[in-house]
Amino acid sequence: MNFIKKSPWILHYDGSSCNGCDIEVLASLTPLYDVERFGIINTGNPKHADILLITGSVNEQNIPVVKQLYEQMAEPKAVVAVGICATSGGIFAECYNVVGGVDKVLSVDVYVPGCAARPEAVIDGVVKALGILEQKQKRMRKRKYR
Amino acid sequence: MFTFILRIIGIIILAPLAGGMLTGMDRVITARMQGRQGPPVLQPFYDVLKLLQKEPIEVNLMHRFYVYIALIFVIFTTVIMLTGGDILLAIFALTLGSIFFVLGGYASNSPYSLVGSERELLQMMAYEPMVLLTGIGLYYADNSFFIKDIVSAQAPAILSLPGIFLGLLFILTFKLRKSPFDLSMCHHGHQEIVQGITTEYSGRDLAVIEITHWYETVIALTLVFVFFATKAPVSYVFAVLACLLAYFLEIVIDNGFARVKWQLALDSSWIITGVLGTVNLIILSFFR
Amino acid sequence: MNIIYALILFPLAAAIVIFFVRNDSIRNAVVKVSAFVVAVLTLCVFAWYFQNGISFTPANGEIIDIVIMVIEVLVAAYLIIAGLKNKKYIVSVFSVIQTTLILWFELTGKQGIEVENSIIFDKLTAIMVLIAGVIGSLICLYAVGYMKWYHKQHKNYKERKYFFLAVLFLFLSAMFGLVLSNDLTWLYFCWEITTLCSYLLIGYTKTEEAKNNSFLALAINLGGGIAFAAAIVFIGINFKTLELSDLIAMKRSATVLIPVFLLSVAALTKSAQFPFSSWLLGAMVAPTPSSALLHSATMVKAGVYLIIRLAPLLGLSTVGIIVTTIGCITFLICSLIAISQTDAKKILAYSTLANLGLIVICASVGTQESIWAAILLVIFHAVSKSLLFLSVGSIEHQIGSRSVEDMDILLHVSRRLSLYMIIGMAGMFLAPFGMLISKWVAMKAFIDSNHILAVIVIAYGSAATLFYWTKWMGKLVSNANVKKQRKHTFFAEEEIPIFIHTVLVVLSCFGFPLISKYALVPFLTDLYGADAIIPIGTSDVKIMIVMLGMLLIIPIGFIPIYKQDKRRIVPIYMAGENTGDNETFYGGNGEKRKVELRNWYLESYFGTKRFSFWCNVISICVLCVGVIVLIGGFAK
Repeated sequence: MNFIKKSPWILHYDGSSCNGCDIEVLASLTPLYDVERFGIINTGNPKHADILLITGSVNEQNIPVVKQLYEQMAEPKAVVAVGICATSGGIFAECYNVVGGVDKVLSVDVYVPGCAARPEAVIDGVVKALGILEQKQKRMRKRKYR
Repeated sequence: MFTFILRIIGIIILAPLAGGMLTGMDRVITARMQGRQGPPVLQPFYDVLKLLQKEPIEVNLMHRFYVYIALIFVIFTTVIMLTGGDILLAIFALTLGSIFFVLGGYASNSPYSLVGSERELLQMMAYEPMVLLTGIGLYYADNSFFIKDIVSAQAPAILSLPGIFLGLLFILTFKLRKSPFDLSMCHHGHQEIVQGITTEYSGRDLAVIEITHWYETVIALTLVFVFFATKAPVSYVFAVLACLLAYFLEIVIDNGFARVKWQLALDSSWIITGVLGTVNLIILSFFR
Repeated sequence: MNIIYALILFPLAAAIVIFFVRNDSIRNAVVKVSAFVVAVLTLCVFAWYFQNGISFTPANGEIIDIVIMVIEVLVAAYLIIAGLKNKKYIVSVFSVIQTTLILWFELTGKQGIEVENSIIFDKLTAIMVLIAGVIGSLICLYAVGYMKWYHKQHKNYKERKYFFLAVLFLFLSAMFGLVLSNDLTWLYFCWEITTLCSYLLIGYTKTEEAKNNSFLALAINLGGGIAFAAAIVFIGINFKTLELSDLIAMKRSATVLIPVFLLSVAALTKSAQFPFSSWLLGAMVAPTPSSALLHSATMVKAGVYLIIRLAPLLGLSTVGIIVTTIGCITFLICSLIAISQTDAKKILAYSTLANLGLIVICASVGTQESIWAAILLVIFHAVSKSLLFLSVGSIEHQIGSRSVEDMDILLHVSRRLSLYMIIGMAGMFLAPFGMLISKWVAMKAFIDSNHILAVIVIAYGSAATLFYWTKWMGKLVSNANVKKQRKHTFFAEEEIPIFIHTVLVVLSCFGFPLISKYALVPFLTDLYGADAIIPIGTSDVKIMIVMLGMLLIIPIGFIPIYKQDKRRIVPIYMAGENTGDNETFYGGNGEKRKVELRNWYLESYFGTKRFSFWCNVISICVLCVGVIVLIGGFAK
């Protein structure tokens, strides 16, 4: 049985953004959307997290940070890019310091478009990531037994 | 002998299940108090099972050793308490377990863990006098340190130890890691020191910490239980009700207060201990 | 020839020989052999007389008396001159007063007083001899290794190793005499010799600080000596006896309590309770072996030994209550102050004070249970504290500092040393280890004798104890990264005593039921007439031993698990800014900054300033109340 689907813990990282998506991410914790229904917890600690949820684009300075946070997460782990900036760089794409979307640094599993992404979309994205996590877990197990 | 071993095995298996259920109920009740639906009651078990399936990672070779020892000693304490053993011995064994947990935070050598460890130690210093006085008070009331004697007394201990009981309720907030005294780590998502001692633990080790906490919940409620249980079997029902009520009270307090600074945590618990515990003991010793 | 003479005289002879041997390697050999012989002698005496004890008076007691008197006068002359030379007039004055008092008594009042048993060897003496002999000789052995590098690290001190080592042995001799004597004048003589030795040891480095502290120790202990002398005169004139055992056998009355009070004051000065505590803290300037000797096995234990002897007369009497109160203040306050200290030796000093306070409480409560606890505390404290002092001495050698903050690299520098240290600390406060067992019984004894103040004090004090030990232990396990490994040598002379101590700590915990059964219970039964029982239930003792076994076995059990379970190692969480070496992080401008982790010391809460003045005032008031009550004849 895969319990990862029942208890996905999230690490929320904000690259360079207008904070619109961040507010929407936090909004999903509020009683109206209540992501804890799905066992989702916003941990704020990579070592505990299963899903790295990134809002905002990646810039030169936070590339190592994003990489390190991802490295510090335990397998299986998934990356969800929330908002148009995280998927492609959005309106910041042309900035001198911005590299682009998160996929320039990490392999992204789920893209959630929107400016800002609505809480429903954020939750939907995370729930999509659960399926990917499950597959990763299966693969991990196979590797272990091989 | 065989039944005794069976009983111990039963305690070791059932105590965390009970603790986990309580934690699950806590999360649901908390959610409802905040106007949310909340997770399923079995959520804590899902969390732990997930953690067990995850990849184990660590920051150095030593730091996980301490949480395993902490778990062993907390289980040891639970067994001593639920088989009716010596309450002071149980307290000492529990302290030993907690100290290993704290050392785990130090062994990670990470800034957040260290702050968590220091705060945890401070909390221990804050609640330890009251825990000891609880044991001592029970001895005053029933002339025995053994829980099996205390729970088979004529009158419930609460009658002679109301002050000590209130003091115990106060420090249970520390023990159960509830606001306003959840300085070192708590069960809410974010905290100013990330996750305190548990910051560097993941996967299996974190699951162990979670299970340790379930045992600790049972231990804390057992302390409440012994205040109400008497020779009459019906009192056990009341005692269990009292435990649930105490737990509910802690949940209400958790949701009603913001985290305090360490100064207030230390001052308040030492003063409460000094006033409630001490006065109660002095009165008891006077009538002895 | 009685082997007990050998026990007292051999260290004396060794001291003289060591003093005159000026070649380093020969002297070291002499010290090693002598330490070994002292240990063997101790064990022989213990094995020989433990079961039945012995009490006798040497045949030529009068000659010994005269020798003692002559030495006393010489010592007094030396101290008076030293006091005058260094402008510490109070020392001279104290010395003059007590010597005149004693001389006057010896020459006039003492005639006609027959001493039946000058030397008594009973179970308590046996324990004290064993502690002083075994731990003392180990410390002497350690001192050889310690002094090898001490003067390399501290080049500005004049090297007087011969002097230092000789005084250590002299001290042992005096300590043996002290615990064996039943004749109060002999006891007093040994008492004064320990005072003199502590003065010499503390002043070893001859720096200004050392000089001041040694005179402080001397003044306070001489003050205690005056009380002792006055007690002897009082007892001699009023009761026509000079035997400690006779005094103890008396019934409590207002007149008996006066010398008891005086002796207690002397004991309180020796074991550095408030308001006399300052000398022990000052004594930390001395080289570590002498700190270990003074503060674990000998000097301070002499004080509590006397109080344990007097215990039957204390109890709920006025004097008993006063001594208990002083002990309570010391235990609580010193435990709290220890939290605010960074210097390892200071922490040990405060912890020593606190534990002595606890022993004083236990002894002065004076029930069978509490004395059981007190004696066990003496044993466990001596072993663990000596281990800790020696380890700190070696740590200072290894990492060049004795600040607790610098000890986070110890696990890299010397894994064994940190293990010894952790076991020593566990011995001081953790559950299945010795100190906690005794603390537990102490708690039970206080409840049974209705000493609510002591109960509450022990509850708070233990909490504070837990805080300062655990945070220190945390530093030891914290596994900080050090890129450059330090070169270090850990002399065998240092390691062997430390290792033996560690074994003793563990063994004493396993063996406490035996100690209780064969030494404490018979002693207490003799002392009180009623049958003593071990205060902890057998089921609890079994559980404790299981716990201890678990603590020893589990770490070994982990080795195969570690071997099997290889894991991915990731950097420490520093908000993603860890540079990868776990020691530095990227700062605001992208530069590398070092991570520094520090313990909490809660200076504003538990600082020395906040407490020491008021504690001294309160304890002086308590003593004054005692004086008034005794003079007024209200004591009962």
